[in-house]
Amino acid sequence: MDYLLIQMLNGLQLGLLMFLLAAGLTLTFGIMDLVNLAHGSLYMMGAYIAWTLIAWTDSFVLGALLALPATFALGVVVEAVVMRRLYARDHLDQVLATFGLILFFNELVRMIWGPAGKSIAVPAFLSHTVEILPGVPYPAYRFALIVVGVIVAVLLAWLVARTRLGMLIRAGASNRRMIAALGVNIELLFSLVFGLGAVFAGLAGLMAAPISSVKIGMGDDILILAFVIIVIGGIGSIKGAFVAAMIVGQIDIVGRAFLPDLLKTFMAPAAASSAAPAISQVLVYILMAGVLVWRPTGLFGQRS
Amino acid sequence: MKSKLFGAATIAALAFTLQPAAAQQSIKIGFVSTFSGPQAAIGEDMRRSVELALEHLGGKAGGKKIEIVYEDDQFKPDVGKARSEKLVQQDKVDFVAGYIWSNVLLASLKTVTDEGNTILISANAGPSQIAGELCNKNFFSTSWQNDQTPMAMGEYLNTKGVKSLYVVGPNYAAGKDMLAGVKRTYKGQILGEDYTKWPDQLDFSAELTKIGAAKPGGIFIFYPGAHGVQFVKQWAQSGLNKTVPLYQVFSIDAITLPQQGELALGTLGAQEWVNDLPNEQNKRYVADFKKKHNVYPSYYGAQSYDAIMLVASAAEALKGDVANKDKVRAEMKKADFKSLRGDFKFNTNQFPIQNFYIQETVKDPAGVMTVKTIATAVTAAKDSYYDKCSMK
Repeated sequence: MDYLLIQMLNGLQLGLLMFLLAAGLTLTFGIMDLVNLAHGSLYMMGAYIAWTLIAWTDSFVLGALLALPATFALGVVVEAVVMRRLYARDHLDQVLATFGLILFFNELVRMIWGPAGKSIAVPAFLSHTVEILPGVPYPAYRFALIVVGVIVAVLLAWLVARTRLGMLIRAGASNRRMIAALGVNIELLFSLVFGLGAVFAGLAGLMAAPISSVKIGMGDDILILAFVIIVIGGIGSIKGAFVAAMIVGQIDIVGRAFLPDLLKTFMAPAAASSAAPAISQVLVYILMAGVLVWRPTGLFGQRS
Repeated sequence: MKSKLFGAATIAALAFTLQPAAAQQSIKIGFVSTFSGPQAAIGEDMRRSVELALEHLGGKAGGKKIEIVYEDDQFKPDVGKARSEKLVQQDKVDFVAGYIWSNVLLASLKTVTDEGNTILISANAGPSQIAGELCNKNFFSTSWQNDQTPMAMGEYLNTKGVKSLYVVGPNYAAGKDMLAGVKRTYKGQILGEDYTKWPDQLDFSAELTKIGAAKPGGIFIFYPGAHGVQFVKQWAQSGLNKTVPLYQVFSIDAITLPQQGELALGTLGAQEWVNDLPNEQNKRYVADFKKKHNVYPSYYGAQSYDAIMLVASAAEALKGDVANKDKVRAEMKKADFKSLRGDFKFNTNQFPIQNFYIQETVKDPAGVMTVKTIATAVTAAKDSYYDKCSMK
């Protein structure tokens, strides 16, 4: 029972991290109709900028808080310099250009920070384990990730559902040309949305940094999963991204934690231990294929 | 007319065949490694060691200048194969060396050794296939066969009396070899075995939770480079570092330690080369490397240094004429050079027969994280696949 609970927390924490990344991606994809492969680069830049600021301020919290406006600014600059030129183009051009951005950012990081990668230590006040239940320890930092993830998700839900900006975002997701025709400053809205997406990606990057490592291409690994999540959730839907991220987080953990034992109940142990990793790695893709057959626009997709 | 054409063609053909021999002013070595992306730090360590080897050789072997052409495999088997092909076909190198990754080496092997008839020296990867049925007269290793290092670790765990073990590694060619290796020699109980997605799994919480529940006497891991950093950090953060000791191969080294820091202190690993091995050439290599770059070299670097020295020893014996491959192979087989690990012999499959040591992660007097030798795990070890090799 304790074991199950901890594994579910692991899945929750992974899901929330994925949600932060997917939220920005689904916003830009759904509202701006922009395929941004370089979203993972913003995740990486968030981590590297945080590393620099944490070293500079000598405080994890302060450095992390300062890194957020910095990634917002970076997002706005990238939007103005590159993305703005891509809106009128088709998706293939966008894929090519943003793929170029990935290479650009990877080289930039290599030039500024070097090839070796950096390490952000878990802040001292979180570098212990907490007992979530008596006798069940859980790393405090991972617990903090869950708390921050939930707070950000609630904030985002409020922003999208209750504010004027959120209203424009939702309107933009369902009919972009119509809100332009109604006199909404689309350029400004796009700048804001892209900057917001960059902040979430940067936040995910800097929060993941202490449990993984700050390295070149760190965002490229996780980006594919973020795309899977927005496809499952329905492109442009924040709610969809959240639900899909939760499902994907749990499925990923279940596949890794329980599948080998499950397979051993009806397969030879040797065959089970070689089949389980192969199956658990494709589980999310099977889920995606299943959702697409059942609902071609994703769980909460709006476009037909 | 016909004979005139024929004559011209013959002269042209002769000119072409003679050209390479006449033009061979230098010994060209292609070097394939990862120079971009998250694992670029390993490639950098290897490149620095190759440069240091050239410096120690005075840039020459057998009176000829040594020329190195570096190629980046981008950590991808298809790119590695294409780059190897370019080295052989376009640059017409005399040797190809390098290769960190088993999957990249397996993809490139035939392109270099068979289609290119060029001698390949692996400075790291040692997939079981190449030691056994795929063994090749054009393939030499200055590292090890993948299974060997974990086998040495398994032997050590037996003598240390570790009762049970949980083994984890990435799901690719080398990961499978490494876990198979430790299981071959370790006599205690294996409580669990997990293969994680390679190379993009960044979170090990599910595996660590399973390990915590299984309560083993030790964890055995294989996570090279950046992945080792992540696993060790998460192991320490989960609190398991207080209850379950970590035993590793290729996961804690000069490249990962700056990032793992004190979290890795006290962990044990197995290796065929350690920076404190007491031979003269090793002392010189480590001292010069540290002087130049202000960091410790790693086994990746040491093996690359040895690969260049192996080529140089053959070139020296043949007075710089490396055109005759049979002679070159015969000279290389003698392994007549001063290896940084001390002298070793080649087995019939042209993998080294060598010692493996147990190293502990410590702080040096200057406070820098490093590893030091604490025991010899096995001596003159041969890999387990050489009898499947057709070369005798």
